[in-house]
Amino acid sequence: MTAVQHDSAGSGTQPVDVSDPRLSRFEIVKEGARRDEIEIVTYEPQFPPNSKAERRIVRSISLLFLISGAAALAFLGFYIWWPWKFELGNTLSDYYTPVLGVSLGISLLALGYAILAWAKKLLPHEVSIQQRHDGASKTDEQLITGQTMLFVADELGVQRRPLLKGAVGFGLGTLGLVAAAPLIGGLIENPHKGPEQMMDHTGFDPVPNGNQPVRLTREDGTPIRPEDVSVGGQMTVFPGIPGGATNEYADSPTLLIHLRADDADKARVASDADKVNSGAMWGAYVAYSKICTHAGCPASLYEQQTNRLLCPCHQSQFNILDNAQPIFGPATRRLPMLHIEVDPEGFFVAKSDYKDKIGPDFWERP
Amino acid sequence: MKRRKLDLAEAPATLAKGVDERFQAATPLRALLNKVFPDHWSFLLGEIALFSFIILLLTGVFLTLFFDPSMKEVIYSGAYPALRGTEMSTAYESSLRLSFEVRGGLFMRQMHHWAALLFVASIVVHMARVFFTGAFRKPREANWAIGVTLFLLGFLAGFTGYSLPDDGLSGTGLRIASAIMLSIPVVGTWLSASVFGGEFPGHLIIGRFYILHVLLIPGGLLALITIHLGLVFKQKHTQWPGPMRTNHNVVGERMFPRYAMKQGGFFMAVFGVVALMAGLFQINPIWLFGPYLASEVSSASQPDWYVMFMDGLVRLMPNWQIYIPIGHGYSIPPLFWPAVVGLGALTTVPMFYPFIEARRLKDKQIHNLLQRPRDNPERVGIGAMAFSFFVIATLSGGNDVIADKFHISLNAMTWAGRIGLLTVPPLAYYLAVRMCLGLQQHDREVLAHGVETGIIRRLPSGQFIEVHQPLGPVDDHGHPIPIEYGGWVVPKKMNRVGALAPAVKGFFFPVEKPSEAPVSPGMPPVTAAPKHEELTSGR
Repeated sequence: MTAVQHDSAGSGTQPVDVSDPRLSRFEIVKEGARRDEIEIVTYEPQFPPNSKAERRIVRSISLLFLISGAAALAFLGFYIWWPWKFELGNTLSDYYTPVLGVSLGISLLALGYAILAWAKKLLPHEVSIQQRHDGASKTDEQLITGQTMLFVADELGVQRRPLLKGAVGFGLGTLGLVAAAPLIGGLIENPHKGPEQMMDHTGFDPVPNGNQPVRLTREDGTPIRPEDVSVGGQMTVFPGIPGGATNEYADSPTLLIHLRADDADKARVASDADKVNSGAMWGAYVAYSKICTHAGCPASLYEQQTNRLLCPCHQSQFNILDNAQPIFGPATRRLPMLHIEVDPEGFFVAKSDYKDKIGPDFWERP
Repeated sequence: MKRRKLDLAEAPATLAKGVDERFQAATPLRALLNKVFPDHWSFLLGEIALFSFIILLLTGVFLTLFFDPSMKEVIYSGAYPALRGTEMSTAYESSLRLSFEVRGGLFMRQMHHWAALLFVASIVVHMARVFFTGAFRKPREANWAIGVTLFLLGFLAGFTGYSLPDDGLSGTGLRIASAIMLSIPVVGTWLSASVFGGEFPGHLIIGRFYILHVLLIPGGLLALITIHLGLVFKQKHTQWPGPMRTNHNVVGERMFPRYAMKQGGFFMAVFGVVALMAGLFQINPIWLFGPYLASEVSSASQPDWYVMFMDGLVRLMPNWQIYIPIGHGYSIPPLFWPAVVGLGALTTVPMFYPFIEARRLKDKQIHNLLQRPRDNPERVGIGAMAFSFFVIATLSGGNDVIADKFHISLNAMTWAGRIGLLTVPPLAYYLAVRMCLGLQQHDREVLAHGVETGIIRRLPSGQFIEVHQPLGPVDDHGHPIPIEYGGWVVPKKMNRVGALAPAVKGFFFPVEKPSEAPVSPGMPPVTAAPKHEELTSGR
């Protein structure tokens, strides 16, 4: 602590002997402030002691504290006795959270205002000036510390002992890798290997299904007949395999759309002209992946009149009459089409898995 | 030997002596009690962030007692009838239990969410204050960088927290996060597979986000907040220029008791406001969204407000994909630019702003006095540019809702955002710089000629002039001697210098006090009394 030395001209007051019994407490406080290089410029009570104004403010502050306590008590009462268990319909339990919030809020706000009023209205106003000390340390201090550090480095002698340098680097560096290895090694997953090759397959792949074409099913697993989807209607369908509608097959949700006859003709012309999508439609039915090629949200808003699919996350729009090409928004790639047909029992099946990759784009996908 | 009686009156002094013998606490404790803090309302914005963080820790600990971060599927059979029989993850089920079957659980959850929104909001406003007043200049560059990092950590804490309940919205957010990871060139698929432990969504992500959200990120926040405050303490707070204030002192009040009490009261007030909001305003009603299903999303799926700017940038990005025809062929999806490059740049470039500005201005001085924004027009222009960019990006993050509510075409909203994002920031820059220069000029005018009195005099020649009240001394001809600009408020109205009768204010009784110019307590900006005879004489 070198504070005493900086008795700058600005602070003005002289040191006093604090053991002097004639000193008032405030004079001792001022001496303390002087030692911390603080000059108390003004220190004014806001009103004469025991004045009417003071008594009024004391009363207001006390009232605020009392309100705070009363509201806290109310909170406890509500917390314990208010019917809190959720019931359907318009019941008292709907108001449990609001009454807790209001009572706690009033209690805390009253407490806050009480403390603020105490500080702002009752305590004396003061202006104090404290000196700053910024900028660098003294040059000799800088020099000593610098030399000390260099001395330490010299003593270690890493510079002089090249063998040690290499050995230390090797030892510590390799040990550092050991620290990183379990984290990286444990977390890392190869997206292109593994049992299901995540990027390439969906639940509609017939191979894991014993080479049987996979049915299109509703969320509850029931298969779908063509007449289940009305003209101009759409349905979200899932692969008809165990767990096909769960998040295990997050890439598989598909939109089955029953187009109007003239629209279907347009869609067929467009899809048959395409190498990959040729022959994918069945009658007036077309099935597109529901997973947006932009960021993977379900592109689920189907506008029947304009035959557009809109993704509600980032507003990419796809034209379902033209191979679901993107026509607006940030998506670059069309929605993949599922090749569908109807099996002998009259239910929709996927002829094969998707021929394009599902979902958002990535580096390896040309 | 007689045992000494315990002297209760002496006990505190004895205890204090005992403590000091062991820890030598007297000097540092006095220095702490005496430490002088400057006071200004804008210095309290960062406090709101600190207080919300404390509220977050308190309510967050409560939530962990009931939340189960597991993705195991269960069938819901709880108190909320609409979801009974639905298959959902344990994380979502326990969030519902927390909301419906834990006494006061919903209140705590809403308090946590509101405090989180307030936390990030106050960080942003605090950063704006620090930026526009130049508080980040030497020697405080490091603390500015720590502040920017705190914003980024707050953003991540918010996103991980948003994902934990595993409801419809959080799952959609995670899916987009996965797409963002996938968009990174070369390592994208590896990164996404590693983070999610295989194909999206997998079974691990909630558990991983949970440990990030309750341990690693708050730990980082706590450590950085400690350093942030420690540096404020060590380097002492900046202050506005004003009477008595120099670059080498701090004018204000000592920390104890008044300053510390005001802080405590303010904390309680912030806490109270959060409690009121948590009680009265519903936030994130997860039971309405249902469990996450890859096939389901509702329209108007918006993230928390501080993520909306990124969502907006993603929406506005045109579908420009870069194809690299090497070998099998590679591509960089358009998502990469706003979400990875954009977020990265927006959070790292500002860190270096103090150094960039110092280099441009060749400024190596230490600055403890704040600058009024108008005194550095370029900085204000850059700030206005950043702010308008942020606002347009954020509005675009909800452009579907705007389109729906105001019956505007959605595509028109997107185009307006695209064009606005490029044209409005330069315009904002220009306007802000012009405004600053205008304000500067007006300050100088008043200092040179005095305050406009609104009194028009007709000279014998027939000429009309307005009488000005000089702010300082006048020379032999009665012309004011120009006053040097002091970097602080220049009084521009006669009642600011106490000349006019106070306007009647107040509803029940007039407040019979002239309004004061905002200066340091107890010090009026100009001490010279107004000279009334100047106004009346026809000398």
